[in-house]
Amino acid sequence: MRITALLFTIALASNAQETQNWLTYSGRIDGQRYSTLTQITPANVKDLELKWVLQTRAPAEPNSKYEATSLVADGILYTVQPPNVVVALDAVTGRIFWTYAHNPSPEARPCCGRINRGLAMLGNTLFMGTIDGYLLALDARDGHLIWSTKMGRPEEGYAVTAAPLVVKDKVIVGPAGGELGISGYLAAYSAETGKEIWRFHTIPQPGEPGHDSWGGDSWRHGGGSIWTTGSYDPESNLIYWGIGNAGPDWNGDVRPGDNLYTSSFIAVDADTGKLKWHFQFTPHDEFDFDAAQIPVLADLEWKGKPRKVVMTANRNGFFYVLDRLTGEFLLGKSFAKVTWASGLDDKGRPVRTGHSTPEGSVIYPENQGATNWYNPAYSPRTGMLYVPCWMDTWSIYTSRVEPYQEGLWYSGGGATHNVPGVRPALVTRRQPDIAWAAIQALDVKTGAVKWQFRMTDVTDSGVLATATDLVFAGGREGYFYALDARSGAVLWKSMVGGAVSAGPTAYAVDGKEYISIPAGNAIFTFGLRQ
Amino acid sequence: MQWKSLLAAALLSAIGLAAQEVHGVTPADLERGLQLFLNNCAGCHGPDGDLVPDVNLASGKFRRAQGDNDLRGIVLRGIPGTAMPPGNYTPEQAGVLVAYLRSLASSGAPKRTGPPGDASLGKAIVETKGQCLQCHRIGRAGSIAGPDLTGIGGMRRGADLEQSLINPDAEIRPDNLTVVAVAKDGKKITGRLMNMDTYTLQILDGSSLKLRTLKKDDLREYEVLKKSPMPNFRDKLSEQEISDVVSYLVSLKERI
Repeated sequence: MRITALLFTIALASNAQETQNWLTYSGRIDGQRYSTLTQITPANVKDLELKWVLQTRAPAEPNSKYEATSLVADGILYTVQPPNVVVALDAVTGRIFWTYAHNPSPEARPCCGRINRGLAMLGNTLFMGTIDGYLLALDARDGHLIWSTKMGRPEEGYAVTAAPLVVKDKVIVGPAGGELGISGYLAAYSAETGKEIWRFHTIPQPGEPGHDSWGGDSWRHGGGSIWTTGSYDPESNLIYWGIGNAGPDWNGDVRPGDNLYTSSFIAVDADTGKLKWHFQFTPHDEFDFDAAQIPVLADLEWKGKPRKVVMTANRNGFFYVLDRLTGEFLLGKSFAKVTWASGLDDKGRPVRTGHSTPEGSVIYPENQGATNWYNPAYSPRTGMLYVPCWMDTWSIYTSRVEPYQEGLWYSGGGATHNVPGVRPALVTRRQPDIAWAAIQALDVKTGAVKWQFRMTDVTDSGVLATATDLVFAGGREGYFYALDARSGAVLWKSMVGGAVSAGPTAYAVDGKEYISIPAGNAIFTFGLRQ
Repeated sequence: MQWKSLLAAALLSAIGLAAQEVHGVTPADLERGLQLFLNNCAGCHGPDGDLVPDVNLASGKFRRAQGDNDLRGIVLRGIPGTAMPPGNYTPEQAGVLVAYLRSLASSGAPKRTGPPGDASLGKAIVETKGQCLQCHRIGRAGSIAGPDLTGIGGMRRGADLEQSLINPDAEIRPDNLTVVAVAKDGKKITGRLMNMDTYTLQILDGSSLKLRTLKKDDLREYEVLKKSPMPNFRDKLSEQEISDVVSYLVSLKERI
């Protein structure tokens, strides 16, 4: 059993293996969400047809979206219906094998929806975080609960919504709750027992480096949540993770300093959790600009030399390329309208031009960001990063003094948007000259926008890139698209009748390729017409 | 004022609907009610509902409840000032729980027939002489081929477990069915039935212990066994040993 698990890990670590399976949130531990399956091509994608739909029991609350990326292992698809119902089903027919329902404590108070973004897997074990602060291990064969580890008190707002990341024999994840004044961390748990092996405080505790970036006692409820999945580089043995916003969100005056490691990428040793480097995209954030984006790892030729980089289109509106071994800033360029900063200096630090104020300040982009947690995809063939973007959005950012009270919203003000964060129905009457959405293809060597696929309404959809130069993505309008990865042209689309708020998965069973996407309260799986 | 009357009428009609739904209970509803009861109530009330002094839930008589609506209210809100806490149930769950309590009054909780058992002796029998772990799992030990016994004491009553040991064919729960299929090439496939439809069977293959789908068109024949593959322990264990095993299984409340 142990040997099987080890071999599985090695296969995962190599990225190129098991291309028919989708074994981790991004499909690959480098975060690229790039499938090397080649059966579905620009020439035949028009022949995609619906193979099966799984309707779920998910409640129709607007903030209870279906955000989980499905995993697929040897023909079995594993998904999480919100909030914490795991379903194992046949990836070819959609028929259910088993269901495991975790009934969250009534004390659960996830900040931003009763949702889950997916599972991690190692051998025959699945791992799921819960909105009441647990990490669970389940037997993938029958849904049997193997262990349960409490990660934080739900009464204080600790909730686990991110899909964990399996690295070797460890499960890596941290708690969400940045709007409820948690003190965040990233931790490694034994896949075998659930025992915590290491913990990295995303809000440095007294005596830890970076603690002095918090004035007074403000570090105590500083946020720094974890709510998306990280990436892993086996060669350097470094884990990369995006850290959430500082708390309280919109009142920076009560937490003087840069507020490390909020709104940052961290690189930590996979065995010890020791910090190798960090890069803070939005020091002293006042806009809720989490760095909860997927770190995308790639080996690029950079100014004539090979360079190992980590890339991100950040919620704050800038695209960044960093050296992933040192954290050195290589490139930064805005990909949407930005007014909170006039640009980045030569170290990548923003030149601030706007602040959240008691009377309210109109600032671009809006609180939901120029992009957000919705995963991007990178194609090494095209050299482009495909990013779901919210364009021309703004918020009126208002700061207020709010005392911390356990279990209550701790945001220090408010943000009024020109586009709502969530919407219960697929209805929009907002004109595109106010705000719109796009899948943007960024040239990762320059940050230049190579093409733009425009949508009238905004999108919470993740993106998938394939080795046949296809890009799959959806949006809040209920369409699911296949785009030409080189031009952005629409090659195929399907109306799935519900907002797409998850990332697509590509997999193959018995030599046939499938593309699967949750939308609304269902999963839709497509394959080529026979 | 008229809108208030309308609102009241609408509410009454909604309650009526809910009551209708609850009154139309199925055996599956009662089974879920039993599981909710064992998981949430049996800790204080006992698996037979008669452990709290002067409170016999199986009697069909409730001092603080006139009807099912009152009972659902108690289940959901508890009884302030007493040890009865509020419960975290959906209205539908509260409904099947109450339906289960009502069913106790008509049928009564089944009673074990054997002598008192010793759980520690029962544990030894399960792990050695009984060879139970060759098919069953308890925690991390055993096999996943048969029904999972982890936490079984929170899901089944002692009398039910006793019946499963001495008369395993009497009742096979729908989630413990075994399917035996013969493929067109003559290959025999045996596994636990996980799901089925007009065209396919979903099983946990008993030999590979992997999930797989069988297409009925690919099968020469298949049968969902009416008999349990579980041996009858009436002839293999003494009455005392069976009671020991039952006591041990009843003690398994933890779900991990």
